[in-house]
Order: sequence, then structure tokens, then C-alpha cells
Amino acid sequence: MTMHNVGRPTAPATTDATAVASTFTGNRGLAIEEPLLFEVGRLDVTGVDFDDVGAFEPRLGGLGRTAPVDLPGLTEPETMRHYVRLSRQNYAIDLGLYPLGSCTMKHNPRLNEAMARLPGFGDVHPLQPLSTVSGAVELVAELGRWLLELTGMASVAMSPKAGAHGEMCGMATIKAAIADRGEARDVVLVPESAHGTNPATAAQLGFRVVGVPARADGTVDPEEVKKRLGLEVAAIMLTNPNTCGLFERDIVEIAEAVHAAGAYFYADGANFNAIVGKVRPGDLGVDAMHINLHKTFSTPHGGGGPGAGPVVLSDRLAPYAPVPFVRFDKDGSAEFVETRKAAGERGLKPFGRITAFHGQMGMFVRALAYMLSHGADGLRQASEDAVLAANYVKACLKDVMTVAFPERPAMHEVLFDDHFLEGTGVTTLDFAKAMIDEGYHPMTMYFPLVVHGALLIEPTESESKASLDQFIGTLRHLAEKAKAGDAAAFKAAPYLAPRRRVDETLAARQPKLSYQS
Amino acid sequence: MRYLPLSDTDRADMLSAIGAASIDDLFADLPAEKRLATLPKLPPHASEQAVARRLGAMAAKNTSAGSVPFFIGAGAYRHHVPATVDHLIQRSEFLTSYTPYQPEIAQGTLQVLFEFQTQVARLTGMEVANASMYDGSTGLAEAVLMAHRITRRDRAVLSGGIHPHYRGVVETVTRFPGHTVESLPPDLSGTEDILAAIDETTSCVVVQSPSFYGHLYDLKPIAEKAHAVGALLIAVFTEVVSLGLIEPPGAQGADIVVGEGQSLGNPLSFGGPYVGLFATRQKYVRQMPGRLCGETVDADGKRAFVLTLSTREQHIRREKATSNICTNAGLCSLAFSIHLTLLGGVGLTKLARVNHANAVRLADALAALPGVQLLNRAFFNEFAVRLPKSAAAVVEALAARNILAGVPASRLEPNRPELENVLVIAATEVNTDEDRAALTAALREALA
Repeated sequence: MTMHNVGRPTAPATTDATAVASTFTGNRGLAIEEPLLFEVGRLDVTGVDFDDVGAFEPRLGGLGRTAPVDLPGLTEPETMRHYVRLSRQNYAIDLGLYPLGSCTMKHNPRLNEAMARLPGFGDVHPLQPLSTVSGAVELVAELGRWLLELTGMASVAMSPKAGAHGEMCGMATIKAAIADRGEARDVVLVPESAHGTNPATAAQLGFRVVGVPARADGTVDPEEVKKRLGLEVAAIMLTNPNTCGLFERDIVEIAEAVHAAGAYFYADGANFNAIVGKVRPGDLGVDAMHINLHKTFSTPHGGGGPGAGPVVLSDRLAPYAPVPFVRFDKDGSAEFVETRKAAGERGLKPFGRITAFHGQMGMFVRALAYMLSHGADGLRQASEDAVLAANYVKACLKDVMTVAFPERPAMHEVLFDDHFLEGTGVTTLDFAKAMIDEGYHPMTMYFPLVVHGALLIEPTESESKASLDQFIGTLRHLAEKAKAGDAAAFKAAPYLAPRRRVDETLAARQPKLSYQS
Repeated sequence: MRYLPLSDTDRADMLSAIGAASIDDLFADLPAEKRLATLPKLPPHASEQAVARRLGAMAAKNTSAGSVPFFIGAGAYRHHVPATVDHLIQRSEFLTSYTPYQPEIAQGTLQVLFEFQTQVARLTGMEVANASMYDGSTGLAEAVLMAHRITRRDRAVLSGGIHPHYRGVVETVTRFPGHTVESLPPDLSGTEDILAAIDETTSCVVVQSPSFYGHLYDLKPIAEKAHAVGALLIAVFTEVVSLGLIEPPGAQGADIVVGEGQSLGNPLSFGGPYVGLFATRQKYVRQMPGRLCGETVDADGKRAFVLTLSTREQHIRREKATSNICTNAGLCSLAFSIHLTLLGGVGLTKLARVNHANAVRLADALAALPGVQLLNRAFFNEFAVRLPKSAAAVVEALAARNILAGVPASRLEPNRPELENVLVIAATEVNTDEDRAALTAALREALA
């Protein structure tokens, strides 16, 4: 027998890297295309085995299915591959810096995941006898105590399922309090820089929305608020820090004017991450504020939910909180109040119920794990680091990009406008898409609406200095490249993502919202 | 602190690059007299071990559903979730990504949403579904508001079979814009005459099947009557597994279908997070609340997915939006979708059959006990019984013996003495023969 002593080559041959323009499969190395479930699944396949139930007489009253369920199945290995391949087409915090302004894309600790999955939390039914869930009630109460201590408020409604749901809850509380006073105030003041949810929430509750313009420096002018206050005004909805990344420094004056006019102060807590442990909304005159546990307290964003939006309330609003809630006395004892009847017996006047059960328990466990891990010192340090990171980005980019409101310190996020792109032919959108090719998720674009071509960057406290420096270097490079007249390269970006720029107009004009074979 | 990468040296370098003397300079806009020096009432940071010990002790005080014979349903159901599901939803790329606003780097989430929408539409027999709601109850309130927009009427009629907490959410949410909700009394027998409550002023009729008390309703005559007077039929379910055996609401004439999807892929988790399912007819899509994912192409002509029809939504429309909602239940809808992909239609029907068989056997065993009256003729995996004494007291007595027997109707309807003795009981595939025998024996003793 002949032994072949010429083995596997161990050094690469010199070749033209651009030679492979396309592949037979459409895949490109580790970037693997995945068809739709409805193209790979089969109607007669299941990936779950069941024990035989034996014979029995169905009791469906003649309402049984007349046709089989029209859904394909996959076996377990196929399922695993389908979703793992899909997952690899997503950007994620665990992959890189995720500078989405107003979204607080911080690290999601895995301890929190493990805690939420303890059977004593994850495998507990909301309607179990209360005697069997004392630890769950204790957890809700403990999280509530932390939220009250951090906000300086009197009471907390835990059931809202997301930030916008919390807004609805807080504003409904205000509506109930006003009705209880026998008044008919129906106007809500909303600054122009507010999130769209603020006016949408007010309108959904039957309020009329009146806008408040911003000052040249990006903050609300207390005089403009005062001009609009009157007997018909129920509340102001103010985000602080605001969506321009600035602290509303006249907040105390605004709160006092609002209260003097008999109205309430609703704060949108979306940007609470900037001020945890630094100042308490309750000390600033806030009457109600929702807290996005999925932003400030690290519960995962999960590709768009689930969130959690507990609402902290002032003494004046506390009696109107919706059922169910955990009520705790200063001696530390906690009581779960589940029905309007039980609340009424305690002299409370809940405005109603906003969800079937008690709120986002899975998120509560995660948020409390985050708080316990950080402690008082860590929470304060996290806010300081978040603000430091945003100001560092601002300082390192201000000569090549235009800071929208340069005169005030940024809080946890920094807002740029598109003046630095003037005359380059590159838009905010083009600039953002070019970031994708560099391995970054773009910042929030075109929001807030108060500046032209907004680029809102929130780096969070989770980034190392090396990570921030690389990000800054990348944006400097792109800004200089745009100014150098290389607009064409931006217009076609991204080149290297799983998809090139997608046609959103086509999607809206001819909606295809489900798979049609 | 293990989550914070900046060192003190980094912080000093960064402050110097900013030109700030100290971190306080960056907080200069905070009112000086309101600033905090410390948070004295809160403890300092803690190790991973210490946090796990603390939370583990709290968790250990609870009776987990899997540790005892367990028969509680009433809107949330304990099912076996294949191990694959929880593994996949913890992939970093799913868990730690944001809403897919940049479609070029979010095709994973977007394709999942498109598949989820298709699954929900087919399962409910409807034409189009959204990317999910917070849960079934909030989805129902949104459905009623949507029906009011479509019909330009504002009087909803709710069946007495609606989950009392769902009814509470609808009544609360519709009260603010001044709408009317007419709720029929609890339908213990499953024989209410809802047709009599429908007239030319009705915007929508809302029927839950299987109902809170487990009854199955024929939706077809209700749809006919509703349509004859220009009203819509909203069909609701809290147990999505039922659709494996029961004729889907879309095939019975429903205009909007809303349901809780927790049963597939999602743990009980003391009430949340869950996943609301929401489906309707194509012609109503522009009045639909919530996120929608649609198919399109990219610049190279490749198929791609993207969030679409956002002109309905708050970030564009502000106070004129169809809803203030700006999220969905992303990760919960992923879990739902993966579980349903594993099951496929045939698996779902098998699962539903096991559930139904267990419930039939349990109902028959309990109905044979002296003094226990089964209130259902037709049911899926949940039914109601009338006991000869207070259901709440019986549930407590059985809980003391480590059996979680069901939900006393009075817990959700505290103002209705006629429900005092009514117990709502669910059986799913997790219940063994031994579990059923334990409940039957314990209930016999509790009633003796």
C-alpha cells in the first residue's frame, strides 16, 4: 500500500477575496438563511410526545373542530435550528453597545433570569390561596419599598404591564381624584418633546391635550406652563430628565405652579436611570410617575416586551390606585388587597382594574435582584456612570457632530441634530445605517421631534471606557467620511447586515401580515 | 460592583476629557437643595450568592404548583413546557434585543413575529393577527374600544361567562371615554339568553368560550344576531389549548378574537408576564391596536420583514393614535410561537385531547361525590361545581393538606352571595391519576 505523505495544506493560498460573489445556498459562511416555519414545517409532524389517554367520551357539546388545525410542526432538532438561525440575525446588548436613546439598553444580569425561574416564583398561580404565596406577596412588597425609597413617594401601584400602561394607570388615578373632588378638569398639558405615548394616553382617557413649547435650551419654560394653567387643567405630563437628555431645572417651580392651580404633576419615568439615588421625584413635587423596570432596573427588553410599569403615587393620589395592590404599613407588614370591595372596606377608592392579575411578577423578581445586587451605593454609581458616559460621548464628538443643546450638561443621554451633515447629502437615516456596517446598533433617530434629524445616544453605565472609545472613534470616522463627500457609500448602507435597507413603503402599501402559500 | 465596568481611573480620565471637576458638575441642573447625599434606608451592594440566598428564601415560602396536586385555572393554566422553549428564549439575541426598529439587524425577531401572527390567525380562524398584547384582559379592553371605533357606537354587551377580572378591565378602560358596558349576570348554567340583550345600539357582543365557568357556547347564532343589527362579535378565550379541539371563533363568525396565550410556552409566574392574542378581519386592520409585522423586500430584492402600518400608532399619531400601546409581549410571544411550532396542529390537538380527557374524568369523579353538583354540560379542561358549603373554606382546608383544588368564584365576585359555594376547577395534562384521586378523596372528606 502507498502512503500519501502530502497532507492537508496548513497555510492559506493567496486568492482574491471578492471572488465569491454568491453562493449556491444563499448562505454566506456562518450567516445562514432560514426559511419561514410554513415553508419548512409539515402538517403531520409534531415535536412533542404524549402518553396515550385511552378511550373516553368527549363532552364538547357538538362544538368540536370540523377541520384540523392548519399549523405545521417541526421536530425538536429542526425547531432548535430554526430559532437559533433566526436569533443570529438580531443585534443584542450581549453583542455590543446599543445606544438607543430613551431605551436604556443596559446589561441584563443572568442572576435575575435564574431567580425569576425559581419554582417558588415562576411556578406559582395568581389565584392560589394567599396562605400559599406569602413569599410572592413579600417580594412584591419588598420591590415596592425599594421603589418608594428611591422615588420618595407614598404609595405604588404594581399592576401596570408596561410604561404606557403605567401612564394610563397614573393618569386614570388623576382623573379619579379630580372626579372625587367634584371637578370637571379635562385638559392635560404635554410638552412638545414628550414621548408620543403621553398625548395618546391622555386622549385615551378622554382628556384634551394642550402642547407646551420648549425653550431654546431644550427645557420647558415655567412661564409657558403658567400661561396655560387654569380651572380646566387636570395635569401636566412631564418627562424628567426630558427626551433631549436634559434635566428640567425649573421642575420645582413648575410643580408649585401646577399644584397652586389645583392640577397634578405626572412625571414620565422613562429616563429615571439618570437620577436614581441622586434626587427623588417625590421631593420635586411629582404626584405620579411610572417606572420602566425594563429600562432603569435591567429586566430584558426581549425583542419588544414584556415590560413592567409600576406607578408611584403621592399621598393625594394613593387612595385611587387600581386593584389589586399590596398595601404595607410602616411596621413592615404587607397585605394583599385584591378586590374593590376589600379596598372600600379600608377606606380606599380604587378607580378600577387594569389587568387580569397582579402585574409582571417575572419582571418584579428580576428588578429586585438587580436592586439588591447594586444596593444603595451601586444604584447611585450606576446613574453617575450613565451620566458620565453620555457626557464623555458628547465631549468627544462635539467638534465633528452638532450637539443640539450644548450649553447644559447632558444627563444619561445626549442629543445631536443633523446640522453637521448639512451639504453632505447624507441624512440622519443614512448615517445610522452606516453604523450597522461598523457593527453597531444605531442610536434613536428622528426623536425627539423638537430638533431636526435627531440622533439621540444613550450609552448606559454598562460600557467600559474601551468600548466607549471605540464607539466614539467609529462615529468620528463616519462623520468625517460624510464631510469628505462620500455620500454614495452612506446611501446604500448597510452592506454587511443580514439584510440591506428594507422597503417600508411597500410593506405599508400592500400589507402582507401573514404567510400565504 | 460586578455590573459596572468603569474603574476610578477611567472615571477621572473621562471627567477630565469632559472638562468637569467632579461628577457633581454633571448634575448641576438638579436643584441643589433637593439633591441626595445617600440613600440611608437601603442596604449596600450584595454578592450574587447573597442575593440568591435572600430571594431563594422568599421563593421557598411559596407552594409551587408543581409540588402538589394542582387544579387552578381561571385564566392562567399550568402546562408542561418543553425544555427547548426556555433554552431558546434565553438566547442573548432574543433576550437582550430591543423592539425591531432597525429591520436590517432584527430579522430574527421580525420573522418570529410574522410567524407568530400567522400562527395566531390560523389558530383562531381569522385573517390577520397583531404581534401580541400585554395579556388577554388588556387585549379585550382594546378590542372593545376598536369595535366602538368601527361601529361608531359605544354600548358593549358582555356575556355573564366573561372572566370577572376581564370584565373589570373592560369596564374600567371604557368608562374614561364615557362608553357603556352592559354586563349580564354570571352565567352559571351556560344557558344565558344574550340574544335578547343585542339591539341597534349595540356596538359589540363579547362572549368567552370556554367561559369562566367552563361552558362552551355556540357563537354562530350570536354572530348572526350581532351582524343583523350592525354590531360586531368579539370572541374571548383564556385557555388557548382549547382551540386544539374546539371550532375556532373565526369559523363561527367572530369579527375580533382575543385570548390569553400564556398556556403555550409561558409559566404561571404569579400572573405575569403573559401574552395577549389579538386577531381580526383584514378589513378592520387599520383600526387594530398594537404592533404589526409585515413582509417586504430589501434593496437587493430579498424577502425581509419590518414593523408596518405604524401610522396607527402613538409615536406618529400622538393623541390621534388607535391606542397608547407602544410595545408587545415580545419574549412571551416568542415562547408561545416556539411551543406551538414544536406542537404543530396535530400536537396541539393531541395536547387538547389529553386535557379534555383529564377534565372529563375528574368532573365525573367529583360529580359522584355526595352533595357536589357539576354545573356544566359541555366543557373543555375546566368546569364549575356547586358544593354544599363555602367553596373558599373548602379550598383553604384542602390547601392545608397540600392540594390546590381550584378557585372559589367568590374570590373574583365578592358581591354575589349566590356564588358562595361555586368552585371553578381546571385539569390539564400535568395532572396524574394520583392527583385526581387525591383531590377526590380530600374533597369527599372536607364535605363529610
